[in-house]
Amino acid sequence: MEQRGWGLPRLLGLLALLAVQVPRSSASSYMGLWPLPLSVEMSPRLLRLSPENFHIGHDSSSTAGPSCTILQEAFRRYYDYIFGFYKWHRGPAKSHAAPELEQLLVSVVLDSQCNAFPNVSSDESCEYRVSLLVKGPVAILKANRVWGVLRGLETFSQLIYQDSYGTFTINESNIVDSPRFPHRGILIDTARHYLPVKTILKTLDAMAFNKFNVLHWHIVDDQSFPYQSITFPQLSNKGSYSLSHVYTPNDVRIVIEYARLRGIRVIPEFDTPGHAQSWGKGQKDLLTPCYHGHTQSGTFGPINPILNTTYSFLSKFFNEISTVFPDHFIHLGGDEVEFQCWESNPDIQKFMQQKGFGTDFKKLEVFYIQKLFNIISTVNKGSIVWQEVFDNNVKLQPGVVVQVWKYGDYAKEQSRVTAEGFPVLLSAPWYLDYISYGQDWVKYYNVEPLDFDGTSKQKTLVIGGEACLWGEYVDATNLTPRLWPRASAVGERLWSRQDVRSSQDAYKRLTVHRCRMVRRGVAAEPLFTGYCNHEDRV
Amino acid sequence: MAGSALWFFLLLAAALAGRATALWPWPQYIQTSDLRYPIFPHNFQFQYHVSSAAQPGCSVLDEAFQRYRDLLFGSDFWHRPDPAEKQHTLEINSLVIHVATPGCDQLPSLESAENCLETFSQLVWRSPEGTFFINKTEIEDFPRFPHRGLLLDTSRHYLPLSSILNTLDVMAYSKFNVFHWHMVDDPSFPYESFTFPELTRKGSYNPATHIYTAQDVKEVIEYARLRGIRVLVEFDTPGHTQSWGPGAPGLLTPCYSGSQPSGTFGPVNPILNSTYEFMSTFFLEVSSVFPDFYLHLGGDEVDFSCWKSNPDIQDFMKKKGFGNDFKKLESFYIQTLLDIVSAYGKGYVVWQEVFDNKVKVRPDTIIQVWREEAPVSYMKELELVTNASFRALLSAPWYLNHITYGPDWEKVYMVEPLAFDGTPEQKALVIGGEACMWGEYVDSTNLVPRLWPRAGAVAERLWSSKLVTNLDFASKRLADFRCELLRRGIQAQPLNVGYCEQEFEET
Repeated sequence: MEQRGWGLPRLLGLLALLAVQVPRSSASSYMGLWPLPLSVEMSPRLLRLSPENFHIGHDSSSTAGPSCTILQEAFRRYYDYIFGFYKWHRGPAKSHAAPELEQLLVSVVLDSQCNAFPNVSSDESCEYRVSLLVKGPVAILKANRVWGVLRGLETFSQLIYQDSYGTFTINESNIVDSPRFPHRGILIDTARHYLPVKTILKTLDAMAFNKFNVLHWHIVDDQSFPYQSITFPQLSNKGSYSLSHVYTPNDVRIVIEYARLRGIRVIPEFDTPGHAQSWGKGQKDLLTPCYHGHTQSGTFGPINPILNTTYSFLSKFFNEISTVFPDHFIHLGGDEVEFQCWESNPDIQKFMQQKGFGTDFKKLEVFYIQKLFNIISTVNKGSIVWQEVFDNNVKLQPGVVVQVWKYGDYAKEQSRVTAEGFPVLLSAPWYLDYISYGQDWVKYYNVEPLDFDGTSKQKTLVIGGEACLWGEYVDATNLTPRLWPRASAVGERLWSRQDVRSSQDAYKRLTVHRCRMVRRGVAAEPLFTGYCNHEDRV
Repeated sequence: MAGSALWFFLLLAAALAGRATALWPWPQYIQTSDLRYPIFPHNFQFQYHVSSAAQPGCSVLDEAFQRYRDLLFGSDFWHRPDPAEKQHTLEINSLVIHVATPGCDQLPSLESAENCLETFSQLVWRSPEGTFFINKTEIEDFPRFPHRGLLLDTSRHYLPLSSILNTLDVMAYSKFNVFHWHMVDDPSFPYESFTFPELTRKGSYNPATHIYTAQDVKEVIEYARLRGIRVLVEFDTPGHTQSWGPGAPGLLTPCYSGSQPSGTFGPVNPILNSTYEFMSTFFLEVSSVFPDFYLHLGGDEVDFSCWKSNPDIQDFMKKKGFGNDFKKLESFYIQTLLDIVSAYGKGYVVWQEVFDNKVKVRPDTIIQVWREEAPVSYMKELELVTNASFRALLSAPWYLNHITYGPDWEKVYMVEPLAFDGTPEQKALVIGGEACMWGEYVDSTNLVPRLWPRAGAVAERLWSSKLVTNLDFASKRLADFRCELLRRGIQAQPLNVGYCEQEFEET
């Protein structure tokens, strides 16, 4: 009654059986590393750790100390990930012969940035470069900034396993690491379905386990406006699904701080002029009234680009956004603008004539977006836009990031955008809301983001990518198992070296990593038939 | 279905016009009105009708009353009603249950009363001020098909007991009445047998944690019974049995590479007496552990290559005059197995290959149709099976483990199980169907949202009248049902954009 011939899954199924038969204790810890670090040297010499003795602390050479909250919190978190979820007996395991690893000392080399927000840095490898030397009795983790320390702690935690007697064990190793791309994002959509803050925080946890560093928060859209604005409270009062389906300023602060402590940037997206139906309910005259013949039809289209009131509203609104969200970038959307409503509206027709736009509504869109760019510049923020803004020949200021999302010929689009000198974010092959039967993570894993025609200078303009989980069919009930471990495939593609490509090897490591996520409380779905050791019956 | 009259009759002095659309699955007959009555939780009670065959002390109903009281009103404290409000409305203060045929301590036979309680619970609604209401409604209901099943696979991934019990809850909410437990398969053997404990010791993923003990199995059966659900257990042979091998040496066929055993094993070895002795003992245990009349014996996808490679089997084939037709060998095995199980007074269900391969089976065998296209389309297969006078179960279009983007429940919903060429007698042989959730990619992390509310579409198809096929009407009700599931704490995924008043919260 099971259908055969699913191809790859069967092949991988054999691997799964193999993996299952290798007891965790004798399996190389290397197997559990995800995403794979830049370079890993691992010795067969084992060290043991005792939960009572082991300590993570600051090295005397570090520029950070106990006053660095971000590290103090991370030390505690990773101690729990390493020891807290296992069953262990108090009292030293005397019979064990392996020497002990007593401490992990952390050293931040440059200005620590303890109280800063993570940012997209011009010299990523420098920011993130982290080295981890595990040797008894003291392991050393060295990074330029706290952000690198966070990634290094994750790596360190992934090296530790329990042998068959329950002893916490680590191989002596020497690891050097830095990410391939500086922007490694996850998009969540809180407009199609509201996501409770807890779900967002859980997602941030899982992102940190996979070394993602950007939460792209597609916060509003046609369906609902859950963002509670201080300046325009009516937007969410009228535009949210219900008064309990909102993000208060405090909710937003909680998300941003939780993300910061995990080295994750929060980039909000307020998509205009399309995808803005929900704005209309709480902000009169913002949307374009559509016409049916000579009379208003009662429906509304995109934001009305011909009124001064529109721009004064947007100035105030984005002024608020620029202070609420500390990241340098704001995502302005700009995708899928439908022209019919604009076309139907006589005032807009008149405006088009006045401006000499003819009947080219793209020019009107460009007009709108240019003015929006100017607003964003005056609040000293950078802009990210969906690819249509570039496609429609909007004159972009240098540095505007173009996010490529249309699946057809996305490599050509990357060529075109980078040829014009604009930075690119790739999402087209990583729409994780599109589900299918079987191991589709392999498809995401096999994507090579620089596989397009272009000079090496063009390639450097690809700053990374994002896995997108749009919300039409996703809410808190199914978000986690739908996102993980499928997004982990994107995580490794954006972090690890270009030549880390074997999906067989990835399967083995990802199976272990998935079980680790489950153990840490993230309901990541299985890759294939098998089990996790720790699962118990209740 | 074990025969009891699947009828219930719900006569309430109450109902709701618009609100009644929250019903899932849709009843056979319903009349509602705008006349509404308040219900005050502290006054409300379930009662047995004086002439009911079931009376207080009937465990199934006593427990169901308690369960539905909690589902309706929550187990926390409800504020007392405003006395002023109470004066001018007639309140509903009891639901009177009348059961025509007794059967409290039997296996699911009070299903009808159970289902009636579920319908009642779906009729109650709450005003924004928090008062519970029910509208004057008259409902007459019975299921279209007696076998409305859901398959879970605990071999590809182990499912914790809590996941199984939780599934039984939601099955009751949507009026499924058969839990098809695909207990073991190639990857693992979680069923702890007391006659052959080595099977789990050697064949489970982890013999300490990834097993179902006798106590677990009992708990599942009792939990199901209290919800009017039968447990149909499947021990699939002779294929899909790799996990049996380590704990039962000699049971599986050694495969050969040339003239040497290759070290791998194939299906159950059908030529040894020891095989049938083993099966006799094993199924004697299974027959006593699982009280349902039916056992599922599998019989699907037998791979012949290993049998072909084995010289002893080749000899046996010659001796028996089977030539090169390994289907005959398969038949030989299955027939012997069916005789064993029949001797224990059990009936059996098998996958369609047993029929396709022309195994001679008893006339009361139930054939489960699972293949969508080959060797013939599933509708053709239903025609062939019923033409041969066998009863049929349909699963082919209801493999819910296969997922696609978007509202795929619609395709599932629009299947008409009797849309094949055949006489009315043939159609009457289709006793129902099963939604299947195979476990290759499913475990406790994603089972619930993948299953619900998609399986609800199958539930309504098997329960409601053939004429209930309007997708808009179904969409609206299924979305409401899904919100009701969230309210009851079930992690059911959304059908489309939108929201529920009470969303799912991570714990």
